[in-house]
Amino acid sequence: MLDYLPLILAGTLAAATPLIFAGLGELVAERSGVINLGVEGMMLIGAIAGFAAAAETGHGAAIGLPAGALAGAAAAAVFGFFALSLAANQAACGLALTIFGIGLSAFIGQHYVSYSLPGLQPVVVPLLSDIPLLGPVLFKQDWVVYLSLAAFALVAWTLAKTRLGLLLKAVGEAPEAAHAIGYPVIAIRYGAVVFGGAMAGIAGAYLSTVYTPLWVQNMSAGRGWIAVALVVFATWKPTRLLLGAYLFGFVTILQFHAQGLGLQVPVQLLAALPYLATIVVLVLISRDRKLLQLNLPASLGKPFLP
Amino acid sequence: MHPTEPRLQLLHITKRYPSVVANDDVSLSVMPGEIHAILGENGAGKSTLMKIIYGAVKADAGEMLWNGQQVAIANPAQARKLGIGMVFQHFSLFETLTVVENIALVLDEPFDLAALALRVKEVSERYGLPLDPHRLVHSLSVGERQRVEIVRCLLQDPKLLILDEPTSVLTPQAVQKLFETLRRLAAEGVAILYISHKLHEIQSLCDSATIMRGGKVTGEAIPREETPATLARLMIGRELPVCEAPPYHGLVRPVLQVERLSLTSDDPFGTELKEVSLTVNAGEIVGIAGISGNGQAELLAALSGEATVDRETIWLDGEAVGHLDAGRRRDRGLVFVPEERLGRGAVPALSLARNALLTGHRQGMKHWGLVAFDKAQAFAEQCIARFDVRCGGPGAAARSLSGGNLQKFIVGREIMLAPKLMIVAQPTWGVDVGAAAFLRQTLLDLSRSGVAILVISEELEELFEISDRIAVLAAGRLSATQPRAQADAESVGLQMSGLFNEAETSNAPA
Repeated sequence: MLDYLPLILAGTLAAATPLIFAGLGELVAERSGVINLGVEGMMLIGAIAGFAAAAETGHGAAIGLPAGALAGAAAAAVFGFFALSLAANQAACGLALTIFGIGLSAFIGQHYVSYSLPGLQPVVVPLLSDIPLLGPVLFKQDWVVYLSLAAFALVAWTLAKTRLGLLLKAVGEAPEAAHAIGYPVIAIRYGAVVFGGAMAGIAGAYLSTVYTPLWVQNMSAGRGWIAVALVVFATWKPTRLLLGAYLFGFVTILQFHAQGLGLQVPVQLLAALPYLATIVVLVLISRDRKLLQLNLPASLGKPFLP
Repeated sequence: MHPTEPRLQLLHITKRYPSVVANDDVSLSVMPGEIHAILGENGAGKSTLMKIIYGAVKADAGEMLWNGQQVAIANPAQARKLGIGMVFQHFSLFETLTVVENIALVLDEPFDLAALALRVKEVSERYGLPLDPHRLVHSLSVGERQRVEIVRCLLQDPKLLILDEPTSVLTPQAVQKLFETLRRLAAEGVAILYISHKLHEIQSLCDSATIMRGGKVTGEAIPREETPATLARLMIGRELPVCEAPPYHGLVRPVLQVERLSLTSDDPFGTELKEVSLTVNAGEIVGIAGISGNGQAELLAALSGEATVDRETIWLDGEAVGHLDAGRRRDRGLVFVPEERLGRGAVPALSLARNALLTGHRQGMKHWGLVAFDKAQAFAEQCIARFDVRCGGPGAAARSLSGGNLQKFIVGREIMLAPKLMIVAQPTWGVDVGAAAFLRQTLLDLSRSGVAILVISEELEELFEISDRIAVLAAGRLSATQPRAQADAESVGLQMSGLFNEAETSNAPA
């Protein structure tokens, strides 16, 4: 088992990467008071856009990720038009976006069913990667994994230390007050939602161009929903979100190895394990109602009309 | 220094909304160093006018001169840049942010919280408005929140400060402190627009006044040279109505008894009730003073039955009812008029007749188990006639009524249920003077017919007008009640800040 450990931990980081991107994006959107249930759809749109761009240009993830980000952002902008400009019900718009994303990605994906992409080689950090256990886990990953950690650091720092972070929190808590002191609430929420879409798009493109570099219909497999759940259970805090994503990644990889060992357990049950474990642990962590209420963006899900 | 030019001059400002002309040809001017009152009732158009000055609302017609120059203010940021600061009636603060974070959000300067915290401390001390920059706003009292708003304005070096009903939630002592600060600012040359409907405040603070009614300017006055009666006539078009409290001759027996009621709140911003004890007798009105957020919401929930408590902590007409829910308590003669008229007292989109059903169904508005709409209709008609509710009839939607008329309907509906005990929260909040006087007299008359009434209000003057006994709720603890004749605003105000001894609390042995 100990021989497996570096392998499992290294796989954990990669498996958690799409959740980190999608979760951070949704966290920012929710901090501004908008709940976008279209994460799953935006991930799939990002996945197919990234895959198509990578396949057509032959440049792999280097072009696939930006393409996925753009497609995700565009999908989020459409959501924003309905949910923000027209003040439609956010939950309904988000669900519609998810259904649309599933359909659209399957439709475009028809052309790419037999394609596969080369994938990414790990970036090996010299010297550091030779550290026992930690070395291969932390310093022998593809560059997107490093990018996800940078994105985490950037979002956490922005939320905690900058005026922009404060403004997001203010708009999410009391949009009327933010409007009264002269901030463009709708524009700020657009920004947050589009950022969330771009991040979901990157998450999807990572799945289709790096993690499993071939096109499979509906390949996000509910990770978008896990990202939405992670944000709530992480009580809108980036660090908790990161831990939740790694927990999901860890159980995902663990159950792969369990399947490989040929345990007498139905494969479907093992495959459901990461979802179950993540939800159970996060519910336990966030069972403190006061903590949840203190951090909940008070205007979450409520349309704002200036 | 003899300023010759007004700091701000408004000429013929007009603002129309689809159903109402909020400002009709309004003109006024304020000199530097002048404290100028805008006096008027709810709905007179004061708040709209201030929002126009602050750039939050655009006028349809009229001009604005700033230091003699014509200006068009497009948004609040531009107003702030000119030097206009505004202290809002409903605070524009963010509860989960700290004081200094709240202030940083409106300042147009590099983001440095540590340096700003020092300046906040310095300015707040210079003007006698002590503040801890690192406290979270939700943990502050209402008076402290107002200080945050004022300090926020002061840090922008304002030339004109607008205060919208700033004293409506302050204790009498806090009002005095606020006035000292405002006089100091005026002495430094700041022009101040002070919006209020409280005549005595305007007389003690303001140099001049513009009086508005129904969107129009009805007069200009030097408040110190006027009497409350002459100002009232300008403001409401007649004398201030006075309530009469005749003595009660019926049988005095306790109807509501609360014994050592404690309740923890689920709300992280809520207040815990600590051993509240209280008795309300038939034929009297007991008033509970205090600033909202000191346990008022929790006490109302426990008394109305929205939150259930231990059986023997609440007694209704001799029966232990603490464990019963709101419906079961209503069955036993309790009625409750909540603070929020729309959404809790009445369903906004439903007609008055259907709103009558909500609590009136106990009056036999059914026929073979089905709703008897004709009876509800008749009930609503009767209520409208008896309590002078101005509306489009029983079919009018609740939200189409003005605050005063809807409150008359809700109070009337509950009175028609022939209660033993009535609990009322903020009976005249946001209600015009005429309707407020009517409501107060209605409550007095009801109590003299043998009903026990408990009124929870932030308006001290109102409580002194109608209560037979007064208690104060502060930080979740209730003071002992004192007869109105022995209570004075000064000591009640001190208690509202939480300054009462253990010996004076309600649970002390009598």
